[in-house]
Formats: sequence, structure tokens, C-alpha cells
Amino acid sequence: MTVGVAMLAHTAFDRAAQVARHWATSGCPVVIHVDRRVESSEYLNFSKAISDLDNVKLCERHPCEWGTWSIVQATQVACDLLLKNFPEVQSVFLTSGSCIPLRPISELNEYLTTHADTDFIESATTDDVPWTVGGLDRERFTLRFPFSWKTQRGLFDRYVNLQRKLGVRRKIPSGIEPHMGSQWWCLTRKTLEKILNNHRREEFDHYFKKVWIPDESYFQTMARMFSGRIQSQSLTLAKFDFQGKPYTFYDDHLQLLRRSNCFVARKTWHSANVLYDTFLDAENHSRGGDPNPGRIARLFNKAAEQRTRGREGLFMQGRFPKGAGSYKITSAPYSIFEGFSELFEGFEPWLTKATGAKVHGHLFDKTRVMYADGQQHFCGAMSDSAALRDYAPKAFLSNLIWNTRGEHQCFQFGPTDNQKVSWDFIADPNAQISVISGAWMVSLFKSDASFNDLRSEAARLQKIESLHLHDLKASTVKARVHIWSLADFIEAPSEHMQTAIDAMGVSAGHKMPPTPKMKDMTGFSEFLQNLKNEGMHPWVAGEFLVENRPNAEKAAPRRSYQVNT
Amino acid sequence: MGVLRTYRLRIRRRRKLIRAIRKRRELKSVSNRTKYVKPNDVLLFCTLRNEHHRLEYFLKYYREKGVRHFFFVDNNSTDGSREYLAQQDDVSLWTTSASYKDSNFGMDWVNWLQMRYAHDHWTLTVDVDEFLVYPFCDTRSLAALTDWLEASEIRSFGAMLLDMYPKGGVTDQAYEPGTNPFESAPWFDSGNYVISRNAEYGNLWIQGGPRARLFFKDDPFDAPALNKVPLVKWNRRYAFASSTHSLLPPRLNHVYDRNGGEMASGCLLHAKFLDSFSEKAAEELIRKQHYAQGQEYQAYIKDPDAPSDVWCKWSERYINWRQLETLGLMSKGNWA
Repeated sequence: MTVGVAMLAHTAFDRAAQVARHWATSGCPVVIHVDRRVESSEYLNFSKAISDLDNVKLCERHPCEWGTWSIVQATQVACDLLLKNFPEVQSVFLTSGSCIPLRPISELNEYLTTHADTDFIESATTDDVPWTVGGLDRERFTLRFPFSWKTQRGLFDRYVNLQRKLGVRRKIPSGIEPHMGSQWWCLTRKTLEKILNNHRREEFDHYFKKVWIPDESYFQTMARMFSGRIQSQSLTLAKFDFQGKPYTFYDDHLQLLRRSNCFVARKTWHSANVLYDTFLDAENHSRGGDPNPGRIARLFNKAAEQRTRGREGLFMQGRFPKGAGSYKITSAPYSIFEGFSELFEGFEPWLTKATGAKVHGHLFDKTRVMYADGQQHFCGAMSDSAALRDYAPKAFLSNLIWNTRGEHQCFQFGPTDNQKVSWDFIADPNAQISVISGAWMVSLFKSDASFNDLRSEAARLQKIESLHLHDLKASTVKARVHIWSLADFIEAPSEHMQTAIDAMGVSAGHKMPPTPKMKDMTGFSEFLQNLKNEGMHPWVAGEFLVENRPNAEKAAPRRSYQVNT
Repeated sequence: MGVLRTYRLRIRRRRKLIRAIRKRRELKSVSNRTKYVKPNDVLLFCTLRNEHHRLEYFLKYYREKGVRHFFFVDNNSTDGSREYLAQQDDVSLWTTSASYKDSNFGMDWVNWLQMRYAHDHWTLTVDVDEFLVYPFCDTRSLAALTDWLEASEIRSFGAMLLDMYPKGGVTDQAYEPGTNPFESAPWFDSGNYVISRNAEYGNLWIQGGPRARLFFKDDPFDAPALNKVPLVKWNRRYAFASSTHSLLPPRLNHVYDRNGGEMASGCLLHAKFLDSFSEKAAEELIRKQHYAQGQEYQAYIKDPDAPSDVWCKWSERYINWRQLETLGLMSKGNWA
């Protein structure tokens, strides 16, 4: 079995010459098409560089533009010359100047011998492949494309839209079932001769001249017509990114390429010396076996994912999503507790013990950031300066959650804190908020300030909290929210606490320690009554009857209500 | 927005270019080796003053990364920087004694040299204390990056300034010329940066890091900008607008994705906190030649705890670019 190589070259001619020499000295005739637009001096140098090789020929040159018929034409001319000049050629391998053989050519010959009469060409119907760039799949074959996609993009798009609007359709010649696939193939002499010499060629060529990116559909479609056996797979390892341009291989891909077992890779960076030195070395060995490009495919798919979707909740110099609402501002779930620290003794250490999460104090306290354990700095070298935090509270929250990936974060929040951030976390699906409304009154009740001061402070805080509660009940809320009034909560504290902890979604492998002790609330009802008597109705705390006995759980407590669970 | 802004920015760009042409008279050529510049060479532009001790490593670092020719503007150095640079085969050097501040912090000079020599070249514009780290910089040269950018039809590449510092007092460890400054100052802040978008120029405005954390905790708005676009496929009509933080035309500032994806980006490791920092701060304060009157130097000098430790328990120690990428400070984008 002899493989002939048709090579399309338009740049990096020193490398193209090197690879052509490699093919030729391994016994494969090579015909090279050089882009007409290449300067003649460069062309002359190139032809000189390969002039000593009898089985390397240059064919007639055509100017090649990406995505146009000219590439198919170049391929046709090269193949024609190859088949006519080298009758021993049984299969033709189409490559580019930047393709590099990864395995010894003898192995390729063997492989093709065992798969005689098989055409290796990726070929799928347009209905089944979602690869296309620009959203054009079936329309590639039914619209006209007189304008260049690269240089006349505006005209290109407008003309496509116009045709869609007018409902203009080209007629597909009879017998043609449009197929698409990788440009790089390996066809048998038999199939290729039928494609090049069939009596309807003129008709087909005429049709395909106006198809968009015919280099990915001409041979793919023709092979379906004329081939006896198609293996819809390219022997050339080539992956395309989201812009439709091929990924490039560098020296650091050496091991991946070796393990891929593929025969040819596209495309190789022209200065990847290690790759060229290794794979074009006569001593180059392979481990044998069938091509398995899976690992490389995964690597490139991941790269495409990073470019198009990015890392959620990360804001950085290369990723700054616009618009509120459509992108999450944080990278992981976190929990906010409102009023719990005020109501329970030692709530924060208790929560740490109960859930294993990182429990901060009031992160948005007006004086300083209350990180867990009273630290001055936190993960990511975040500062405890309130001014720095308030300069960009949303970024502060994003940073905190991003910096602590893998560890569930909890923090306390309340009406004494800076409220600016609250809209951000309310609209964040990663936030889980448990509120005991009015619990901050317990702190007022415990303070030594004069009643008059307490009254005005209570009025101020109630105003803030009622706004916050209003926001929490809005239809745009994306956080998971539980709200209890203080009165409701203390009727069945253990049960409600369990609900709040369960809502965190942190699997507590161990048994939950007993609910922490509530602060002593003897006289609290009277305190509320005094506020009422002074005209300040503390409604956020709920219906606190004078006979309410804190810590005395009733048999059938009222259910908490949930929003957006 | 729209037409008006485009027009306004076009006028501004042209004024910058005219200014640069006018300011060329301030530059005196010391050694002009630009005839050795080849068509695809990556070029580096830099303005400096009294940085002799840093130059050896700076040149070594960028030569290894694949910079083919260096363009220096020496702003009246007295420490031998000029003499040292004049001897280097791949350096073209100009000198000036004009005011750094009046030349828009050196940008007028650089804009001129780039207009004259950088057209159609990939061009790196950095300070002597800035070291570019880009994806795969340990295995791929700058040419690999610029080839890829070009194939992706990207003309500019963003790299955020990352302030590096030592553990212990800034002045405790003396910098030995020729050595890697990040051996003694390998620490950085990994996650305290805040970003907003400049509507006029379209660039991101990034602040944070140790300087914000220590010197600007009371007025964060004034904290230094860390966003930079140091690597550009230059065109003689381009101009740096405000240092290397933003460029004109504004499309060059779009080095980030707005739809959730990540664009490839790097970091400029900033060897700011070396032993010479306080000395430099004091000198620059007197010269008043720096941006916003050298506000950060002022903040630094005024701070009573000035020479104290920049390091904190949560500081991160630099390992390699992959670490910076994992931390989310830079991105490979879809380069793989």
C-alpha cells in the first residue's frame, strides 16, 4: 500500500518543506499546492528546498481564501496531479503545511492496508451536527454567499438575512445529500478518481462554488455518493475552537500527542522545535494501536468551556459579565443568619460545631468586618477595614465566597449592618437566608442606654428591617429565604433551628448538639409593651403577648413559612 | 454614547499623537540600533530613571521570554543606567532631562517611539519593575502567545499588576542586582481586588492588593489602578491614554468578556516592595513627578507604621502561572 500526500501550504514553508521531506523519504509521493498569494521569492526558495526530491511535486497555484471554493479547487488540482503522476498511489492523504505525522509512516501504510477500500472522511448530515460556527448549517447549501465572511462581514450577514426574509433557496442538484465534516481526509484512489472524473463534475462544482465553506462539505458529500465504505472519522487529529479556528499544538503537548496514537496532527506551531524534532526523527516510535484522541479532545473542550462560560462567581480582568441577574455573583452556596446571634448565647461557636462551616460574625458591621475568630485579615488577604468593604460590597462578597471555595461560609446580618449589599445577596441563588425578625430588639433590651435613646434606635432599626423584609418577599428574590418573627421562633426554637440548619444544605454527619441557650428574656414583653406605650409598635417581632413564656415550647407550634424554596 | 463618544475619543487620540510628535524633540538618541529590528520581532518599550540595579535581571527575563529589541527612554538617570543600557546589543536608547510629569508620565515619549518604530509589531510596554507572566509562559515563548492572539484576531492582551512583597520589613532584605526579585519578595494578595468598568474608555478599573489594603483603607477610591494592557499589536495610530492602563482607540481596552466567558490574560508581577522602596518613595515625594502627586508614596511615607510588614497570614506565596490561574487572577481563556 502506498499513500500519496496532497499538501496545502500557505505559510511557514521551512516547516512544510521539512514535513514534505519526511513523507517523501518514507516513500510517500507528495504534491504540494502553494497559495498563489504567497510571494514569488518565498515560493522559489521553497521549491528549491525540495527540488532534490523526485517524488515531491508542486502543482498549479490558486489564490486560497479561507472558507471559499478556492481551497477545494487547490485540493482537486493537487489530487489530480498526484493520481496521474504516481500510479502506485493507492490512497491519498490530505494534509496542510502545518500538519505533522505523529507515527512512523510505515504504520500508516500498514493501517491503511488492513483497512483497504475504506475511505476515512468525517462526514455527517447537517441535521445531525451542531458544530457549525455562525449558526449556518443547512443554509450553507441553500443560500448564496458572494461576500467574504472575514473581510466583508457586514455585507455577508445582511445578504444572508435578506435571503432568509425573501425566502430565496438554491436548488440542490439531484442525488446530492449534503454532508459535512473535517476538511482533512484520506480517500482511496478509487473513490477519489470517481469524484474527480465523474460526468456530472461540472454541475457539482458549479453548485459547490457558492456553498459556504465548501472545503468542509464538497468531498464529504461526494464521498457519500461514490464511496463503497466510509469510515466517518478523520485520521488527522484536528480540533476547532469556538471561533472555528484549529487549536495549535506546542512543545508542552508532546506527551498528549504521543499517547493519542493519531497518525497526523493539525496544526503544529511553526516554532514547536521539540515536536518537529521528535516526530520527524527516524527513530520515532509509537506504541501502536488505534487512534484515540479522547484526552486531547477533553483538554480542548475544557478550554472552550472556560472561554465561553468561564468560572462562575469569578470576577477578574478577563471575565466581567454585564447585567445584574443573568450571572451569579458568587461561586458557591453560603448562609446568612439574621437575628440568631442576638437571640442565642454563643450562637456562632455553636453553629461552627453543628455544621463544620466557617461562621463569621457581622461581616457588614459598620465599624469593621467581623471575620470568624476576630481575624484582622481573611482568606485572599481580605482586609477588615469597613471602608474598603463598603467601597465595593458586592465585590467583597464575591471575593469572600470565591476565596473560600470548598468551605461553606456563614455570616450574621441585621439592621445595624451596612445594608448596601443586601440587594445583591437577595438576588443571588447561592444565598440561603434565615431571619428571625425583630431579634435585634433583644440586644436593645439588654443594653444600658436610656429608654428614650432605645426607643428612637428601635424605631430606626425597625424601619431598616421592615424595608429588608419587604425586599425578601419580593418576587425577584433568588435566595432561599426562611423568615420567622421573634415571637414565632421562640415558641419552638429547637424545631425552627433545625429547619434553619437543614436549609444550609451542609450534610451534618454528626448529631447536632443541643440548641444553644436563649438569652434571658425575663421582662422582654414589658420592654416591648413600653415601646408600644411610647407609640413605637415593634411589629417585626411578631405578636408578643405579655403571657408569652420564652423557652416554653408548645405542643403544636405554628409552621414557619418559606419563600422561594 | 455612540457617535459622540467615538468622535470625542478620536479627537483625544489625535491630540495625544500630536503631543507625542511634539515631544519627540525632548528625546536625544544615545544609541539607535533599530535597523536590526526584523518584521516579526516582539518589541519592548520602557521609561526609567535610576534603575541600574534592576536592569540586568529585567533584560535577562524578557530576552528569555522572546523580546527581540528593547526601546528605553532614560529620564536623566545618574546611576549609570544609561551607560549600562548603551552597551546592550538589542537596546535602542534615548535620553531626556525633560519633566516626566509634563510628558504625561513618560507616555508621550513612548507614544512617539511606538509611532515611529512599533507599527505592525507586537509591543510590550512595561516598567522596569514589572514582569509579565502569561499562560504557559514556562513552556511557550511570547511569540507563541502573539501568534495565537493574532490567529484569534485579538490585538491587545491584558495583564493585571500584582504587587509582590517580602515577609518581614520591606527594607530587611537587600536586593542583589541580577537576581530574581521575587525570590526575596514572593508574596502577594490573592483575592481582595475590586473591579468596575470605565464607561468612557471601556476598560476595567481594578483596585486592591497590598497597597489598597495598607495605604488606602480610608479612601479606597484613590487606591492605585492595577489594570494594564501591556501587550498590543501596535499600529501607528494607537496611543496610550492613561499610562498603560488604557488605550485609544477604546476597542483595544476590551480585553475581557462580558458574557460570562473568560478571555486569556496574564499578570505583571510588580517588584514594588524591594529594599529601595522607602528610599524611592522619599525621593519621588520631593520630585512630585508621579501620578496624582505620588499619592501612594505620600500615603506610604505618612503612615507611621510605614516600614512595617506588608505580609499577612493570608498572603499567598508565588509558585507559577498555573497557581495564578487557579486563583482566578489570570486566565488561559481558550488557549490550550
